[in-house]
Formats: sequence, C-alpha cells, structure tokens
Amino acid sequence: MKLLKLVPDNTNIGFVAMRKWAFALTALLTVLAVGATAYKGLNMGVDFVGGLMIEAKFPQAVETDKVRSVIGGLNVGESSLQQFGDPKTVQIRLPLPEQGGAGAANAVVEKTRLAMEQQFPGVTFSRYDTVSGKVSGELVQTGVLAVMLAVIGIAIFSWFRYEWQFGVSTFVAIMHDVLMTLGFFAVTQLEFDLNIVAAVLTIVGYSINDKMVIDDRIRENMRKYRKMDMKSLIDLSVNETLPRTVMTSVTILLALGALLLFGGHVLRGFTAAMMLGVVVGTYSSIYVSSSLLISLGLTPAASEKRAAKKSYAGNAERVGPRDDGARP
Amino acid sequence: MLNFSRWAVAAILLPLVIGVLCAVPTFLPEATVAHLPRFMQTRVNLGLDLAGGSHLLLEASTQDVAKQRLTNMEEQVRTELRRQDPRIAIGDISSRDGKLSFMVRDPAQVDAAVERIRPLTQGAGLTGQRDFNVEVVNSSTIVVTPTDAGIANAVKSAMEVATEVIRKRIDEMGTREPTIQQQGDNRIVVQVPGLQDPKALKDLLGQTAKLEFKLVDTTANPAEVAQGRAPVGSEVLPYPGNPSGVPLIAVRRQVMVSGEDLTDATQGFDQNNQAIVNIRFNGSGGRKFGQVTSQNVNKPFAIILDGKVLSAPNINEPILGGSAQVSGSFTVESANQLAIALRSGKLPVALTVVEERTVGPGLGADSIRAGLIASIIAVVAVAAFMFVSYGRFGVYANIAVAINVAVILGVMGMLGATLTLPGIAGFVLTIGTAVDANVLIYERIREERRRGRGVVQAIEFGYKEASRTIFEANVTHAIAGGIMLALGSGPVKGFAIVLLIGIATSVFTAVTFTRLLVARWVRTHRPTEIHI
Repeated sequence: MKLLKLVPDNTNIGFVAMRKWAFALTALLTVLAVGATAYKGLNMGVDFVGGLMIEAKFPQAVETDKVRSVIGGLNVGESSLQQFGDPKTVQIRLPLPEQGGAGAANAVVEKTRLAMEQQFPGVTFSRYDTVSGKVSGELVQTGVLAVMLAVIGIAIFSWFRYEWQFGVSTFVAIMHDVLMTLGFFAVTQLEFDLNIVAAVLTIVGYSINDKMVIDDRIRENMRKYRKMDMKSLIDLSVNETLPRTVMTSVTILLALGALLLFGGHVLRGFTAAMMLGVVVGTYSSIYVSSSLLISLGLTPAASEKRAAKKSYAGNAERVGPRDDGARP
Repeated sequence: MLNFSRWAVAAILLPLVIGVLCAVPTFLPEATVAHLPRFMQTRVNLGLDLAGGSHLLLEASTQDVAKQRLTNMEEQVRTELRRQDPRIAIGDISSRDGKLSFMVRDPAQVDAAVERIRPLTQGAGLTGQRDFNVEVVNSSTIVVTPTDAGIANAVKSAMEVATEVIRKRIDEMGTREPTIQQQGDNRIVVQVPGLQDPKALKDLLGQTAKLEFKLVDTTANPAEVAQGRAPVGSEVLPYPGNPSGVPLIAVRRQVMVSGEDLTDATQGFDQNNQAIVNIRFNGSGGRKFGQVTSQNVNKPFAIILDGKVLSAPNINEPILGGSAQVSGSFTVESANQLAIALRSGKLPVALTVVEERTVGPGLGADSIRAGLIASIIAVVAVAAFMFVSYGRFGVYANIAVAINVAVILGVMGMLGATLTLPGIAGFVLTIGTAVDANVLIYERIREERRRGRGVVQAIEFGYKEASRTIFEANVTHAIAGGIMLALGSGPVKGFAIVLLIGIATSVFTAVTFTRLLVARWVRTHRPTEIHI
C-alpha cells in the first residue's frame, strides 16, 4: 500500500531567506490585530462585563426584532439580541439591575420569561447566566493573569533549558499568537467569554509544543553540525521537522473540524479560536520563533560553550556528516 | 530497547487495564453501579453544563459581619458596666468608623472600666493578638477597636455557620447531590445538578431568616411614623402588608422572643385556609412568649422577618402552649420556604448572589449528544488519517488513542473529576495531540531510515530521540494546563483537568504502549523493510 506523505521526502524550502518578508507581514498583521482590538473592541460576554445572559429556545424560527420589541416593553434596561447557533435560538443580553441584588436579577428573569411565554408560546430558557460586576472584574483579572503567567512561565522554561535566545523568540512568537487571536475576535465580533480564555491558553500550550519540537531539533543539529552556518542549520531543522509539523496540524484540525461542525453551538466560538490558533501557532513556529533566532544572534559556538559547561555533550556517535540517501 | 521483560510488559499493561476498567462504570446505569463494591464506583460526574442545573456563587459582606460584631460589643459593654457593683456610668456612645467609643462619666472609674471590658475580648490568631484593642484616649474616653485578626476570625466562623445553614436548607429541599463549598474568605459556591427551578433555591438562600417577635408601639403618632420617626425605645420598620395603607409601623425595640428559641417550624393553614407557618418554641421561649402575651392582651404584636414586618396580629388571649402561628400574605410555597429557612437556623450574615449560571436539562442533553457525535467523528477522522499515513504503525497509534480515551475517563472516575462541556473539547483536542507523540516518533523513524539505518536501529532511534522531544513539549504544555487549573474558574478548570490527565496518560500510551506493540511485531516478524 502506498502511504500518504503530505510533505515529500527531502523537502528543502528556504524559509530563512524569506524571513525579512515574513517579518514585515507578521508585523503588519500583528499591528492590524492590535489596532482592531483597540478600535473595534472585543465583544465581551457577561463573564467579563457583568450582566444577565439568557439563551431562549423557540419552537420555531423567530425574528430577533419581534423578540426585541417584547423585551423593550418590559423596562428592564437596554437589551442586545443575537441569533445563536440556529434560527430558533436567540441570545438575550441585559444589564443587571443596579439595586436589589440577587432578588432583582431573579425578578428580571421571571418578568422576561412571563412576557416571552405570552408572546411566543412554547419558548424555553435553555440557560441563563448572571454575573455581577465585581465577579466579572475578578474573572478579567485572573484571565489576563493566567495567560501572562503561562506565556512567561513557558518562556522561562525554554530559557533555562536552552539559550536565552530560545526564551525570547518563544515569548515573542506566543505573544504574536495571543494578539492574533484577540484580533480575530475583534474583527469577527464573536463573543469573548471564559471559554475563550481556555482556548487562548490552549493555543499557547499547542504553539509552545510546536516550537519545542523545532527548537529541540535546532539544538540537536547545532551539536551535530558545528561548522554549518546558522541560516542553513535553521532551514535544515525546520525542513526536517516539517512533515511532523504538517501532520500534527492536520490531525488537530481534523479533530477540531469535527467539533466545529458537530459539537453544538455552545462550543463554536471556542473551536473557532482553537482552529485559528493552530494555524497561527504553526506559522509562528516557522516564521517568528525560528527565524528570530538568527536575528537574536544565536550561534552554534555559543550553544557549545553552554553545553560543555553543563557537560551535556549529547550523543557523540551522532556527530559527523549527514549520510543522506545511503541505504543499508 | 525493543526487548521487554515479562515484568516490564506486566507493568505497562496493568495500569492500562485498571484505567480501562475504571472507565466502565461511567457507561453503566447508575443503579447497576450502586451495587458494585465501593472501589469500583468510579463514575465520571457530569458538570452542570451537561447535566443541567444551577451554579451559584454567594458572597457575604465582611463589613456586615464587622458591624454586627461592633453592635454586639456595644451591648456587652453596656451590660457589663451596668451589671456589677460599683456601677459605672457611661455616655456619648458612638460606633462610627468601625470602632466603639464612649466616655466614662467619673474619671476615677476609667481604669476600673478598662479592667472590666478587657475580659470581653478574646484571643485571635496565633500571634497573641486580641480580637479587640481597648485604649483610653483623652483620659476619660475609652475606644474599643476591632483588630484585623479579630475581624478575620469572626468572618471565618460566620462563614462556617453560613455554609452549614445553607447545606441544611438545600438538604431540606430534597435536591440530590448538591455541592456546597466555601471559596476564598467570604464566598460560598453552591452547585445543584438537575434543578428545574433555581428561583426557589435563590429565594431560600437569600433569606437571613432572622425571626423576631416584638410588641407594636400603639402610642406612636401615626403621622410621625409615616415620616419614619418613632418614640424613644421604639423603631420604625417596613410593613408592606399594613392594612392601614402606610407601609411602615412602629414597634418596641425590645425583643419579646427571637427565632433562636424555635424548635420547629412547619407549613400549615389557618381557619380561613390561608397558608401559615406553625412554629414551636423551646421551654424558655414558650414561657417568655406566654408571659408577654398574658401581659398584653388586646394589644398587637409584630412578627418580623429579616427586619421586615410580616404581620401584626392582635393578642386575643394569652398564648401559653409554646406554639404560635406566623401569618402574612403567604402562598403555600413561600410558607413552606420560610418554614425550611426557620428550621435550618438563621444565617449569621446576609448572602448575595454574585454569579449564577443555570443550564436547562434539555440543553445539557443536546450538548452531550453533540459532544459525543463530534468525538466519534474526530476519532474516526484522525484514525483514518493516521492509517493512510503510517499503515501498520498508524493502527498501533490508533489502538493507543482508543485506550487513552478510556484511561482518561477511568482516571477522571478515580479522581471523582467532573466532565464539563469544555472538558469534551479537551477530549477532542487530546485525541488530536495524543497522536502527535506518535507522529513525532514515526517521522523520526522515517528520517532514520532515509539516513540508512536498519529497521531495528531506526525504530530504536526513533523512539529514543523523539521521547526527549515529547517530554519537553509535554512539560511546557502541562505548565499551561497547570496554570489553567490553578487560576481558572468553572469552564476553564473543567478543560484543564481533562487536558492535564490527557497529557499524562497520552505520553504513556503513545510512547510506552506503542513501543511494546511495535517491539512484539518486530521480534516475531523480523522485518527487513518497514512501510512507514
């Protein structure tokens, strides 16, 4: 049987030669992403801004305008409505009543429920969330803290494990991934809630996984080919790991694609974020973190000094010219 | 590297078999699982977003606790200084800015007053700090300041009582398997799966249930009461159901009987078939109630719940039996709720709902179905892709993934972890990343083959070299997962649990277990060429 190979053997793409263009494109996209986030803002869910979110399921398709007019007559504050998943489901966002605490939020839900049941018999509230301003503030704080800690923790890990250049390049690449994800949410105005923070953290985890594999290979090749110049060495490493990079991205995209199409509407934003993250993370492994190593001045000599100091000589038997093409 | 001793094989297979077995109870009906021995009851709990139910985060106001403590202290100081001989006269009492200050009228008695107040304070914390500081300022004014340690202590004990009271109230409602946990310093998380109507629950939890009986001050001028002013020794309280139309009433400050003297409360009906709550006092409460009612026949008394007057019935005759009726404009449901609240005791501090998440059972079931379908399609797609890419080796990886999924469920069952909707996403993602380890190994084997290594050597090198990379990659991945678990709330946590368990088990199944499979095949078939 002929096995599928997404990347042909002995592929040799000159990634490093293209790095100037790639850096320019990356910088442009990142600036656009940050600009979009700053200008359009994120469509924050109730998790992060506080308020009341009701997901109403109707027996048949409804027009959001009709629902809006029903809620508008209730005097419960300014509502924002959105079709959610399918035409039968509408998500209603309301501000929390300023006074009266828990009971007041209850009253708003009940009032809305009564009015809706009268207008649209058979409607059910399949879920609703109320989050007070205080809690949502804390959720924002811990969310930002979690992402920052993850990025910094991982950068420190790869700095200790390898040279500082790896730490810096990893940090820059992951920040790029996070910013691109934020930009994606700003442009699409998909709801940004707690689940998306989990998605961002997973993107960070996935992206670092990808970079570790390439970094590890760069390290290995630095020990193996001491005389090779850095550009060819990085090209060689990226190309050697390319089949794995592509295979893994495709398998994960397959799994996520199943989740996006069949996993139900609640997880849709989460899955979309993840899929984008996989693409962006893979791109940044090749173009941001690896190519950045050259600009940061990583040389085999620097690595050797450190390796010798740590008596991490590696596999002596592997040091030597590459015996490509030889067959037993 | 390809030789496994009998012991090594057993050591690899045993945990996998245990893991898979632990996953079985999750798929059995609940009734069947209940018959299994204790250690076999390793079911994965479904989170509220899958099972449907309510999640409530309740917060107590620490300021309230501090304020209440100060009021109690004031009361204690008054009685203490009044009680003994010589009586110490004080004035100018104020409890502003969170501290209590008062003036001792006779400067000669200041030291004596301090001596008597000191024993009212208690030790707080391990540092030898007291819960209140007592100081003398301006030679005649005594200031009692609560210490931080004292407030922290008071909040802690109030929260313990509050958690217990809430547990009792929810148990009385007859809901199944609620989770009630204290979180942080002043919060309580309540999770009730499968609850259809969280409104009743919230109403119940929102009640402090401080019940008091006080006499109505009939001497008060109705016009002044309407403006919120009451005679000395009385106070104006809200009375929403006042038949006179004014929603206020003046009552005596002195408490006739309080809810602490209750022994039982049940919902019932009065002679007009109105819903009421029947209450029963303990001995001393019954005596006090009897005494006051005999002295005040034909006068009204007020039934006060959480600072609001429910009703103000007339005392037609002395009530001596130690039981009474609480009337108000109750429905059967609200009367029943009040009875529950009274039975479970009063909350030492008012709680407010700061976060609520409710998922209907219909949506939960939809989510499970969608998650299951997505997982199956993901597994099939990934498995097919692995097979066309790596042939026989792809099948080994697929077996490893299948076992991995079962083991993750088994480990979750053993830990009593909860599967949430994001957890399902974590599952699907784990399926994707678990094969990554195999991809790394197989690509390495392909590479080593291209470099001219023999089959056995290439396989050995593939596993050895890739293992290091896999380890490194998974450590960093686990860092992200660990941070999610530590800092995340709700959905993030549910996702992190599956992710972390998945990282640990997938390294084992994808590396160690497939190596065992590959080694067996290589040893029995001695291939000179491999399709990979």
